Amino acid sequence: MVKPSRSYRVFQGVNGVILTIVVLVTLYPFVNILARSFSGERQIRAGEVTLLPKGFNLTTYEIVFQDSMFWRNYGNTVLYTVVATVIAMVLTTCYAYVLSKKHLKGRGVLVGIAVFTMFFTGGLIPNYILVTSLGLKNSVWAIALPNAISVFNLLVMKAFFENLPTDLEEAAQIDGLNTYGVLLRIVLPLSKAVVATMVLFYSVSFWNSWFSAFLYMDRTDLMPVTVYLRNLIQGATGGGNAGAGTEQLSQVGANIQAVTIVLTALPILCVYPFVQRYFVSGVMLGAVKG
Amino acid sequence: MSTSTTSAPPGTQDQPPARAAPRRGKRAPARTGWRRALRRDWQLYSLAILPLLFFLVFRYLPMIGNVIAFRRFEPGGSIFGEDWVGLRYVRMFLSDPTFWQVFRNTLWLGGLTLVFCFPIPIVLALLLNEVRRRSLKRFVQSVSYLPHFLSVVIVAGITMQMLASDGPVNHVLGLLGHDPVRFIQEPGWFRTVYVGSEIWQTAGWGTILYLAALTTIDEDLYEAARIDGANRWQQIWHVTLPGIRPTMITLLILNVGTFMAVGFEKVLLLYNALTYPTADVISTYVYRAGVESNSFSYAAAIGLFEAIIGLVLITSANQLSRRTVGTSLW
Repeated sequence: MVKPSRSYRVFQGVNGVILTIVVLVTLYPFVNILARSFSGERQIRAGEVTLLPKGFNLTTYEIVFQDSMFWRNYGNTVLYTVVATVIAMVLTTCYAYVLSKKHLKGRGVLVGIAVFTMFFTGGLIPNYILVTSLGLKNSVWAIALPNAISVFNLLVMKAFFENLPTDLEEAAQIDGLNTYGVLLRIVLPLSKAVVATMVLFYSVSFWNSWFSAFLYMDRTDLMPVTVYLRNLIQGATGGGNAGAGTEQLSQVGANIQAVTIVLTALPILCVYPFVQRYFVSGVMLGAVKG
Repeated sequence: MSTSTTSAPPGTQDQPPARAAPRRGKRAPARTGWRRALRRDWQLYSLAILPLLFFLVFRYLPMIGNVIAFRRFEPGGSIFGEDWVGLRYVRMFLSDPTFWQVFRNTLWLGGLTLVFCFPIPIVLALLLNEVRRRSLKRFVQSVSYLPHFLSVVIVAGITMQMLASDGPVNHVLGLLGHDPVRFIQEPGWFRTVYVGSEIWQTAGWGTILYLAALTTIDEDLYEAARIDGANRWQQIWHVTLPGIRPTMITLLILNVGTFMAVGFEKVLLLYNALTYPTADVISTYVYRAGVESNSFSYAAAIGLFEAIIGLVLITSANQLSRRTVGTSLW
């Protein structure tokens, strides 16, 4: 190994500094929001809160925890995520399995039907009219059905199925299993990795989604927690008539916002360290095969 | 191979032609081919029915539903509208000053996003690639991916908290003796705020594909370059960058394709009536005109216009890159 040159060592130093700045800039907002959520109103308003809570108290957490609408919306998010993920998984798995069968006649057309929708979509207005006239408004179906298949996830899963050894499937078929049996008893048990990854992809995206609920849910008690948070944000900043009274109010709002942000992000932040590598490998697979 | 062994029982007399037909079906009449395929694979096809229904209803029906851009639509009426009005709505939006304002805003936001959010992940990936300690590299990556996993609502909320009059940014400005800036309320700041939060959320995640591409570059190429006397910059210029060029071009095409559809949800969350002059983009205008003001046909006409520009952009970017550098999506 050749000894690194002087200029290269200087570069390494500069590189370290730049990446440290990147890490700090990325992390600081999280730490600050967390600190704010535990801080007193007065200290936040004075702009004293940076990395650690000032005037530590749990009052805002108590306020949010006592808000029955928050809990109801949080429950809605859980329910919508579970229902939508189950539907999405069933449809995506079925179609991906069909597409992975290279001998299938018309397979190219079936792939094309899916891929074309990546480049051209109906747009907001026709979708809105469709969902409304199907009578899906104010139900979980408005969230689950229109987003039941993500073509990207479909292609990742298809690529995985294509790489499975075909011998086992053939043996099972000779032993008398039909296609459904092969899929349920042979293919899926062999595909735990990709199934887990897809469940993660879908559930994170449904957990994070807000816009379909915002569009199609008219009643506050049907909203997911993301829309609850959105209403808090808009409530605190909407309009520009910040008089003395509203200024006070928006400050209380700022504290509640911090708490709600923390609570909404919490499940994602908890699973993040464990799921990150699945996401990364999924994206790579999708990029190579898609 | 697998298909014929499983479908035809061993010892069947007509096995040779049966094996040949599915593989090279050119000579066999198409209809018999389909009949055979259906009889053999009907269970597979049956699995595709529900997904196909999904694509038909929730993807292709809305595409056809765009005809309401040329028909008068009445809420509660047919989703394809009542009667033809020709290009009336198109003429309407072309002569609408608000439309031209949101069109300009879309170009601005799309352009700025492309200029900043496309190259930053490349630079970041090159820097990360030079980190020798693997644990350090992994740590930086994990941290920089994190914002990508959060809901856009949370990102908007964090952005507003950071830029609030009592937020950290204004706190620092205060220490420097500057008056607090009302970032969220002033139209002049919107583009900076939007692009800034976009970089914060996407820069780290954008490095994934480049880092993957970097690992595939042959070490021998660097060796050869060093023997030829190339310094590190020359190695980056002549080996690294050409090595990740296909990835760069693919992502550039995709970025150009989504150019018009600038982060609709984020704009909707970050803007307010005060910042409309710079923040209102085509998709948010479509949302307000259609869903909020019930002018469905008018909004659909604008939305269709936007989608067609997007399709033209991605197709021409793809063509251009195939002609010039020989890389393309399809």
